Amino acid sequence: MKKGLRIKIDNEPYIVTEFNFVKPGKGQALYRSKLRNMITGAQFERTFRSVDTFEPADLEKKKMQYLYQEQGKYCFMDNESYEQVFLTEDQVGEAKNFLIDNLEVEILFFEDNALEVSVPNFVDLVVIRADPWAKGDSVSGKTKPVTLQTGYQIQVPPFVEEGEKIRVDTRSGEYLTRVKD
Amino acid sequence: MERDGRLADKREILWKRAGMIRAIRDFFTGREYLEVETPLLIPALIPETYIDAVACGDSFLHTSPELHMKRLLTAGHPKIFQICKCFRAGERGSNHLPEFTMLEWYCRGMDYRRLMEECEELIVSVAADLGSGDVINYQGGAIELQRPWETISVREAFASYAPMSMDKAVTENCFDEIMVSSIEPRLGFTQPTFIYDYPASGSALAKEKKDEPVLAERFELYMGGKEIANACSELTDPEEHHRRFLNVNRHRHSAGKSIYPIPEHFLQDVARMPHAAGIALGVDRLAMIFCDLPAIDDVVSFVPEFL
Repeated sequence: MKKGLRIKIDNEPYIVTEFNFVKPGKGQALYRSKLRNMITGAQFERTFRSVDTFEPADLEKKKMQYLYQEQGKYCFMDNESYEQVFLTEDQVGEAKNFLIDNLEVEILFFEDNALEVSVPNFVDLVVIRADPWAKGDSVSGKTKPVTLQTGYQIQVPPFVEEGEKIRVDTRSGEYLTRVKD
Repeated sequence: MERDGRLADKREILWKRAGMIRAIRDFFTGREYLEVETPLLIPALIPETYIDAVACGDSFLHTSPELHMKRLLTAGHPKIFQICKCFRAGERGSNHLPEFTMLEWYCRGMDYRRLMEECEELIVSVAADLGSGDVINYQGGAIELQRPWETISVREAFASYAPMSMDKAVTENCFDEIMVSSIEPRLGFTQPTFIYDYPASGSALAKEKKDEPVLAERFELYMGGKEIANACSELTDPEEHHRRFLNVNRHRHSAGKSIYPIPEHFLQDVARMPHAAGIALGVDRLAMIFCDLPAIDDVVSFVPEFL
């Protein structure tokens, strides 16, 4: 068992979010772990013995397209079947910073439940708000904050201007380069 | 290079750790304890249900120096201490390394109550040598070293902190689980805590209490929620030893674990062993406390993953 493992308990999928080996004086080896229910988001602690066994959660990934967001629900569509699914803001997590209309994403399913979205490693986004480039800002290493079309705030080099498109690494959330259309 | 960098970052910690070990030595030599070295590579060890030894050829790396220190005690060395490496297969976590440093000391004629006092004296003396004073700041809290320290029996701890009594936890086979989830997180935060009188069923070589033989004369010291030391009034009856060893091997066998050879020389000696108390203290964990660091990895120069 390890951090990030997805297991099935009482027919629901859980992700192991924390995992530590413990051994109370002269006692047996135990694993204190924190689990998150991947459907409800509920977290709880559980202590396992080294002899306990688990069933892995049977998860499936599907390519889908991001459509829109309404009242905290994010809608995605399967381009072949036109089937639509919704994720909550919690389930979308950090990915919401990079969701632009029609973006192709992968949705993780457990049976018929959509659980998580993964966005591509690199996404191009438009800068919708930036302070103008002031003289003297070009000192190397200096950055300024700008706001992207998704509302995401990011540090960029001072030469990036409003209306330009930039490429962001979605894994680190950091600026990579400017993009010319 | 990154690893070299990490090692260089440990300079201050390694100095403090070395200072702590020097202070421990000074304490025991000042009290006329004899510093001893016993073999690490041994043909038979004290079988324990939940401690797995690392096999090495036909022998084992010792899991603690207990067996040979007791033989020295029997041979007429009344006050002995040792700081050595111990090896336990499969133990790895934020408080565990499969190879770690242990301090053990034994004193003839002492019982576990008196040993608690000596334990207090040791840590207060080390703190003074390190310039920590009466308070150790650990992970945002303050552990006061003013004596006497808190003492609580295991039974009281279950009554105060656990969802069921100690006896019920033993019967329902969830003693260890409750210990780690409800009790350990409450011990040793405002001052160090001695928790004592463990169920005899889980105390390998501790003497049973005269008036209540389901309990063993054993204590553990906790600081900042961490188990720092384990001690007991030592069992001296060779037949009881033999019975317990066979029992441990039966448990290990039914759990699908290897069984251990019986340490015959030890059994012969133990009949002559004087009444004594002994204690094992985790040096790495004590260094975590004194250095205010959350993981055992932080207080050793190398961890097994980077060898």
